[in-house]
Amino acid sequence: MKIVVPLKQVPDLVEDLELNDEGTGLDYEYLKMKLNEWDDHALEEALQIKEGGSAEVIAVAVDGEDVDKMLYTALAKGADKAVKITGANPYADNQELARVLANAISGMGADLVLVGVQSAGDRDGWLAPILATHLNMPTVSVVTGLEVNDGTATVHKEYSGGIMAEFDVALPAVIGVQAARQTPRYAPVSKVRQIQQSASIEEMAAGDVGDVVTSTVEEMRHPEKSGGARILSSVDEIVEVLKEKGVV
Amino acid sequence: MGDILVVAEHLNGALDESTFELIGMANDLGNSVVAFIGGSDDMIGQLGAASKVVRVDAGADFNPETYGAALVAVADHVNPQVVLTSGSSMGMELANMLSAQKSWPLAVAATKVSIDGDVKAESALFGGKIIATTNLGSGPCVVAVVAGSAPADAGRKDGRPAVESVDMPATAGKVTFKKLIMPESADVDITTKDVLVAIGRGIGSKDDIEVAEELAEALDAAVAASRPIIDAGWLPKSRQVGKSGLKVKPKLYIALGISGAPEHLEGMKNSSTIIAINSDKNAPIFDVAHYGMVADLFDVVEELTEALD
Ligand SMILES: Cc1cc2nc3c(=O)[nH]c(=O)nc-3n(C[C@H](O)[C@H](O)[C@H](O)COP(=O)(O)OP(=O)(O)OC[C@H]3O[C@@H](n4cnc5c(N)ncnc54)[C@H](O)[C@@H]3O)c2cc1C
Ligand SMILES: Nc1ncnc2c1ncn2[C@@H]1O[C@H](COP(=O)(O)O)[C@@H](O)[C@H]1O
Repeated sequence: MKIVVPLKQVPDLVEDLELNDEGTGLDYEYLKMKLNEWDDHALEEALQIKEGGSAEVIAVAVDGEDVDKMLYTALAKGADKAVKITGANPYADNQELARVLANAISGMGADLVLVGVQSAGDRDGWLAPILATHLNMPTVSVVTGLEVNDGTATVHKEYSGGIMAEFDVALPAVIGVQAARQTPRYAPVSKVRQIQQSASIEEMAAGDVGDVVTSTVEEMRHPEKSGGARILSSVDEIVEVLKEKGVV
Repeated sequence: MGDILVVAEHLNGALDESTFELIGMANDLGNSVVAFIGGSDDMIGQLGAASKVVRVDAGADFNPETYGAALVAVADHVNPQVVLTSGSSMGMELANMLSAQKSWPLAVAATKVSIDGDVKAESALFGGKIIATTNLGSGPCVVAVVAGSAPADAGRKDGRPAVESVDMPATAGKVTFKKLIMPESADVDITTKDVLVAIGRGIGSKDDIEVAEELAEALDAAVAASRPIIDAGWLPKSRQVGKSGLKVKPKLYIALGISGAPEHLEGMKNSSTIIAINSDKNAPIFDVAHYGMVADLFDVVEELTEALD
């Protein structure tokens, strides 16, 4: 079985997010980027399936800053192959990214495409269902439980309040992964370095992306501070509030 | 000006609150409101605030494949200017499939929608740290709206509007609904507690949850948590607050090391009093909190517990 996992870098939300001069997007120049945490879950789930039986896990990413490091880290964690798509916009929104990935993945013979359910900047859609439409594959998102048997994935889709629905999905399929069955593994730097010496990343040209559904970002801004929170500066002040509210 | 098509979301035969929120929001925009329902006919009597309902017999239970195909057929039938779905697990799936299949522009994570020739949506992105205004053109287009972005009462009205039926289109039959799985019963019901001490990733390790438990004990509170704490297996799912967890409305919600991502806020923003302790002064949790302290939670919580004893 072949499992393809698209990986994408997103801004680390702990940092201050600077906007570009036009106020229509982020200024990526000084941003600290990291692997989208839900992509990490998708990769972990793929590796779990591999370790529970047999599967080839292929990590795919659009070329960009630090993408090699991200792909070598995926290899260090246990992916069998890493593919880098060149000549595409690494900061593209999901409608465009889905076109680029569909081009690249359609020839790979994937049985399962595991995608992080969401990424921090999702504005124009979720990658998994859009990608699935372009690949003409069935899809279920917000999945926390996944089991593959004889060409069928049995998945648990989360609703609210802890309620889930179970679906059988005929493979090949695109699944939007919410959480892997265990916390994503960590690859020590030494192992990533070692892989960097021994493995290589395959390159693939993006090719013609075709028609992309677009929408225009007119403005991006930081939320205006509603002046909401009264800032407290000591434990005594918290205790005062608790007394005022009749909690203690 | 075309119609606004609202996806009526339902689970277990009951309409979701978001349906009424969206109908109310759509009516405010001034267009004629058409609701799409894929489930049982029984629910239509609650959709009186819509001017028309289009029903497809897509099965009693949501299935992304059948409901996705049904929505495309309904969109073809109605030819709307805007399609509104909830930003929920079901709604997001439908909004994305419709956008991709019809090549209609889409905005997700929306908290506001306006129409002034062009359709515009405001979305909360990057964990709530950025607000984006998207211009979707004059339509047709699709917007997935975050739950709780509009009052439900405005769109809640009994009465059976005119109903049209659209035939269920053929599908490839690749996705099969099996069953609903209900949550296991919980040791503590966080939705009934007056005070919650909620922890997020800032707590750092499982062992440190003890610090929050001691504070909770001093306040006769329960410990709740954000999603990463549950995904790590540190607390049971019944303690999760947010979009895919529980909605809570305690008298007091103390958020420790929680950034305040929109998915978390969905579950707790209506708490009477919110106190947030976070080391990042820009954490979005401070935008909904009534009281905030920019500090390392470990420098505060133990001292607070002692002060209460
Ligand atoms: C479909 C979907 C559904 C989701 N449903 C939910 C849901 O139901 N509930 C939910 O919570 N999330 C949900 N999420 C996840 C959500 O997007 C966020 O990832 C999550 O809420 C972040 O949790 P957090 O605030 O604990 O972690 P982070 O965002 O990582 O925030 C940690 C915070 O702790 C602060 N911090 C760190 N150390 C300290 C310290 N020592 N002292 C004080 N502060 C510190 C940091 O400054 C930071 O602000 C969902 C996501 C998706 C895609
Ligand atoms: N002291 C901390 N302990 C645990 N998590 C933290 C801490 N400080 C920040 N975090 C959050 O944990 C997230 C994951 O961090 P990392 O594993 O380093 O990528 C970060 O994005 C922070 O929001």
